[in-house]
Amino acid sequence: MSAFSAVKSLSTPTITTRSTPSSNPKPSFPFPFPSPASAGAGSLRHSAAIRLNSSSPSPLRAVSSHVLSDEQRVTSPSNHDKALVTRREALDLYEDMALGRSFEDMCAQMYYRGKMFGFVHLYNGQEAVSTGFIRLLQPGDAVVSTYRDHVHALSKGVPARAVMAELFGKTTGCCRGQGGSMHMFSAPHNFLGGFAFIGEGIPVATGAAFSSRYRHEVLKEASPSGGLDVTLAFFGDGTCNNGQFFECLNMAQLWKLPIVFVVENNLWAIGMSHLRATSDPVIWKKGPAFGMPGVPVDGMDVLKVREVAKEAIERARSGEGPTLVECETYRFRGHSLADPDELRKPDEKAHYTARDPILALKKYILEHDLASESELKGIEKKVDDVIEDAVEFADASPFPPRSQLLENVFADPKGFGVGPDGKYRCEDPKFTEGTAQV
Amino acid sequence: MAAALQTAAPLRASSNLGANSERFRFGSLLRSPAGRKGSLLVVKSDGRHSVGFNTRLRGGNLIANAVAAKSEASAKSTDSKPGHELLLFEALREGLEEEMDRDPRVCVMGEDVGHYGGSYKVTKGLATKYGDLRVLDTPIAENSFTGMGVGAATMGLRPVVEGMNMGFLLLAFNQISNNCGMLHYTSGGQFTIPIVIRGPGGVGRQLGAEHSQRLESYFQSIPGLQMVACSTPYNAKGLMKAAIRSENPVVLFEHVLLYNLKERIPDEDYICCLEEAEMVRPGEQVTILTYSRMRYHVMQAAKTLVNKGYDPEVIDIRSLKPFDLYTIGNSVKKTHRVLIVEECMRTGGIGASLRAAIIDNFWDYLDAPILCLSSQDVPTPYAGSLEEWTLVQPAQIVAAVEQLCQ
Repeated sequence: MSAFSAVKSLSTPTITTRSTPSSNPKPSFPFPFPSPASAGAGSLRHSAAIRLNSSSPSPLRAVSSHVLSDEQRVTSPSNHDKALVTRREALDLYEDMALGRSFEDMCAQMYYRGKMFGFVHLYNGQEAVSTGFIRLLQPGDAVVSTYRDHVHALSKGVPARAVMAELFGKTTGCCRGQGGSMHMFSAPHNFLGGFAFIGEGIPVATGAAFSSRYRHEVLKEASPSGGLDVTLAFFGDGTCNNGQFFECLNMAQLWKLPIVFVVENNLWAIGMSHLRATSDPVIWKKGPAFGMPGVPVDGMDVLKVREVAKEAIERARSGEGPTLVECETYRFRGHSLADPDELRKPDEKAHYTARDPILALKKYILEHDLASESELKGIEKKVDDVIEDAVEFADASPFPPRSQLLENVFADPKGFGVGPDGKYRCEDPKFTEGTAQV
Repeated sequence: MAAALQTAAPLRASSNLGANSERFRFGSLLRSPAGRKGSLLVVKSDGRHSVGFNTRLRGGNLIANAVAAKSEASAKSTDSKPGHELLLFEALREGLEEEMDRDPRVCVMGEDVGHYGGSYKVTKGLATKYGDLRVLDTPIAENSFTGMGVGAATMGLRPVVEGMNMGFLLLAFNQISNNCGMLHYTSGGQFTIPIVIRGPGGVGRQLGAEHSQRLESYFQSIPGLQMVACSTPYNAKGLMKAAIRSENPVVLFEHVLLYNLKERIPDEDYICCLEEAEMVRPGEQVTILTYSRMRYHVMQAAKTLVNKGYDPEVIDIRSLKPFDLYTIGNSVKKTHRVLIVEECMRTGGIGASLRAAIIDNFWDYLDAPILCLSSQDVPTPYAGSLEEWTLVQPAQIVAAVEQLCQ
């Protein structure tokens, strides 16, 4: 049985949901997860092979750095006769993942050419998680991310130009050049950041979910989504040992907040293996400890992620509360562009490179005749053009002027106080240039 | 560049004003490039009036005697006087309740704020009136529920987060510094965080080191944050309301020992400007700058000083960040001598910053070095005698003034 039903069965939603009927007759619990017989609760992961047989779905294991199998990797998701997605959906997913990948590759190039600086954390390899979840959201839904946020922003709809210009530190960036790689924000897209300290975004996401419930119950505002506006919180395996994670699991479940906690378990927190840092490395099991469903999913398979995401988002939207989803995924590059990435073994990397989510989706699309090779190539070209345009735009944009330095410190600049002359400092037209004393 | 400034709250019609209208003078509280906007009634407890910025206050119109005595105002309470009498914690509650009535987005979150009514009863009765979602009892997770307040604020709510004791907010430092303070800036101005973080701090009666902390010195460097400290029922209510209405994140420091102060406050709607200092006792000889509970130690010392023939000017700075350099500066220019009396510890305290600001701006007006009396740099001891020696006492203030005025 699925992990969802193991915890509680979905009852009739209390708020109207499901504006679009499901397009396939699969059971509503998409997560075909037999209880892992060989792994006792909390036991250390053994060097078990990951089987991606199309006929028998296998239990998810956290992959240690010694994991490998000689078995042929089947990189495509389960081969059902009927496709899990429509053509339009498949192409949208493909384009979004291709955009994410191309963007990050361009970031690496630009970084080494001296166009962007500081800590830049790339998302290569994890695209299925961002695309699988975020493309299901409605405009009123919110996303909170970490420092590895470029692709989350792109999936949410923030224009590539705005993100690239932000990375170049230009004033046309989504945060006027003031945030940088680790602090992407976009109010029109309900993209709430971009946080440099791990874990500190989770309470913000919990607050956004709280506000969703508040708007519905106290302010009596109806959301266009037909239910509650949902918040997604993305974070990594390292964050799951942090206090804020557990505190927010508690509060979210306590108040049945419309939030999905998405763990992007890429097995490494810089150079710290998840298995070396965590007493019980199975993260999804920690959800039920707080009373919410915990669901593992193959994070290299966008269709599997999407199925789980659909369920979790609908749960939240209908007022049933939060879900903890653990995505097994992998970053192809180092932790950041400054990371020499010496600790991860080549065979582990090769194992996951073979499970590249974009190639897997491509194979799926072609096998199910959802599109032709040339159409996919066309999408890739389109994406490349978007990225090129973004770079040109960022290059041509101006750097922030001196007058911008103090502009956004306070929403109400009276906060700079009253100067010796009795006037508010902000009343001095030259104030934001910093000529006045703060 | 000049953002929309707050407009003053309109005066509600009040029958109390009828017979005594000639006693009150209206003035505008807020400055705006376009000229004066709106007017606000500023009434003191014994019917004396004041207007707008404190610098236009005339001598004798102010509370000359502000020693913290619980029954002090009882001698003045008569039915014919306008306004109503209440205790400081009730004034805070009144301000909070009025703002919650006025704007349904204002909500409260914190430990025991709901069913328990708040550990100092500031939120008593509010959960019954507004419900458990608007007055949210949180689990004991300061960092996370403060962050939750920030997240809610980004999405349009106006949370008031209570730290049961200000010291507990040390656990929320991550969220207060990184998110409250910085999120507006790092988002390029896209998200505002109109959050109020409040709670009791300061040294109480033998509460022990960890419950006797002064967090204003720790928070003062955080960019993007405003800090105010209330000291009377009048300014407690006014600052609470102003903080809630402000678009900036504001930390409102209350003091454990001041919650039972009684004062008569106006019935009308009023706010206190967040960036202003309060003139407590005008004088000519020496400027004493203080805030929160130390105001009362200063006023007690002032009694003694006046008897000895001194004429101190006492200013409650109220706004800990930013400093009201206009009120302070005018005083320095008049008296040329400055004494700062604070409850912070000496190192890196509010006094240290204030000293620097005065030296930077008013060096030429000083006839003597700025004296600063702060608490000792020790963890507050439990023993009563040791605790007393940790804090600045009135006798030390008298001695410091005498030294300054030599």
